[in-house]
Amino acid sequence: MKILVCISKTPDTTAKIAFKDNNTKFAAEGVQWIINPYDEWYALVRAIELKEKDPSTTLHLVTVATADADPVVRKALALGGDEAIRVNADSHDCYYVAAQIAEVAKQNSYDLIFTGKETIDYNGSSVGGIIAGLLNMTYISLATKFELNGTTATVTREIEGGEETVQAALPVVVSCQKGVAEQRIPNMKGIMGARTKPLKIMEPVAIDMLTSVVSFDLPQAKAGVKLIPADNPAELVRLLHEEAKLI
Amino acid sequence: MSVLIFIDHTDGHVKKTSLEALSYGAKVAAQTGNAAEGILLGTVADDLTLLGKYGIKKINRVNNEILNHLDPQLIADVLAEVVKQTGAKIIVFPNNVTGKAIAPILSAKLKAGLVSGVVSLPDTSNGFIVRKSVFSGKAFANVSINTEIKIISLNPNSYQIQEPGGTAEIVSLDIPVGASKIKALSTSKSSGDIPLSEAEIVVSGGRGLKGPENWGMIEELAKLLGAATACSRPVADEHWRPHNEHVGQTGLAIAPNLYIAIGISGAIQHLAGVNRSKTIVVINKDPEAPFFKAANYGIVGDAFEVVPKIIQAVKQLKGAQ
Repeated sequence: MKILVCISKTPDTTAKIAFKDNNTKFAAEGVQWIINPYDEWYALVRAIELKEKDPSTTLHLVTVATADADPVVRKALALGGDEAIRVNADSHDCYYVAAQIAEVAKQNSYDLIFTGKETIDYNGSSVGGIIAGLLNMTYISLATKFELNGTTATVTREIEGGEETVQAALPVVVSCQKGVAEQRIPNMKGIMGARTKPLKIMEPVAIDMLTSVVSFDLPQAKAGVKLIPADNPAELVRLLHEEAKLI
Repeated sequence: MSVLIFIDHTDGHVKKTSLEALSYGAKVAAQTGNAAEGILLGTVADDLTLLGKYGIKKINRVNNEILNHLDPQLIADVLAEVVKQTGAKIIVFPNNVTGKAIAPILSAKLKAGLVSGVVSLPDTSNGFIVRKSVFSGKAFANVSINTEIKIISLNPNSYQIQEPGGTAEIVSLDIPVGASKIKALSTSKSSGDIPLSEAEIVVSGGRGLKGPENWGMIEELAKLLGAATACSRPVADEHWRPHNEHVGQTGLAIAPNLYIAIGISGAIQHLAGVNRSKTIVVINKDPEAPFFKAANYGIVGDAFEVVPKIIQAVKQLKGAQ
């Protein structure tokens, strides 16, 4: 069994979001970077659990990022995994990232490719699907449960208005969300071991830029809260009905 | 050239998010001098000619039951053929569960630039630039799509449904459908009557409610308002409420017209998932709760005293209407 987990570095969930260079770039100064929570808590941990169950499993991590992502990649290796591959390029857009990962996947023919359901910075929710499309692999998105039986995956996934349990033969690409696994904290043995695990650097292949960010901006600040006295909640209902016309 | 809108359906009915996508697609078509046409895969009970009222003259169909089931590869293969036959240059998806599964694969198959989570009409004055939500609702990115075929996935509750009127012509396309590699074993419906991502009003509870046994008033208020119920992360983590109700940075990001937060302090991660709501009401006993800074209306008070009074007032209002 060969598993590939796609990870991405993202700003910490409490990071201040600001932009620079005429609002064309994220102002990364002083920002704490983390592994994208969906990649770490669900995709990576579930893959580690599968390897714990079947130690003959090969577990690779892949990221498309420049060298400043290395500490985050080491942190992921501290949780688990045999080696990491970093494609040495900016994560330009979802297609670019997915196409680079598809190249890595072609060389290693993985049975299972896991991604998080989306990154918390770009919120594209597309990398897994594009990898599946490029490699013509079965794609199961927004998984909340994942079980493996031989070469058959049984997956519970979100569908419109509910959940569905499905079965598919490997190889599959699965995007993972809450429910697939529980967050883990790396232990000291893992942290020490991660230092000597291979982190391979690969140069990117040439991929066209299908989209490009022109600028960023922040939402307009709210005008300020209108406080209603706690002893007269009916006034809130009146305002929502007559002023905001929402109910 | 045309703008092709993907029409999603569940249990035989076209979804609200698809009506938004149809309205949006019709406007994009008018803006770019194209015709707008829909594409519906699978079988539905609805009279599709009526979808013309959203400004769509033609609905293409591939009437095959296999396509009712979500196999993204299979559906994307059919869509790629539809794009070829219709000569579509702009493809619009609702950015719901279905759109998120299919649009990326179609992007790969057509090598077409995809922007998902789009919140407004494109700027076509110089190129083709769409605005999307990023950093989990904390910012927006204006993104240029550089390919000839463009794919847009529209966030729910971002574009107002428009009904200019008319009826649509239905055209059946004869496209072969392959065999699905994804076998359905069982399905379960989510508890609420109204899908959270589509709800116009959401009533949400946090740790301030002290326990799952106190959710009766949240559900009652939601029912009175025709709202969906939601919760904060700690509430889902404690299993007081199901995970699919969790809104926030690591849960669902929503943009209802009205978000009523009860007993939620408003941590930055929670705000990220709800700050695209058009109006926010916060009820919290702590006047220092950060949520008040993001709110339009607030009540500093004990939810257990305030919410029953609100329910009473809503009942009176609804009774009087």
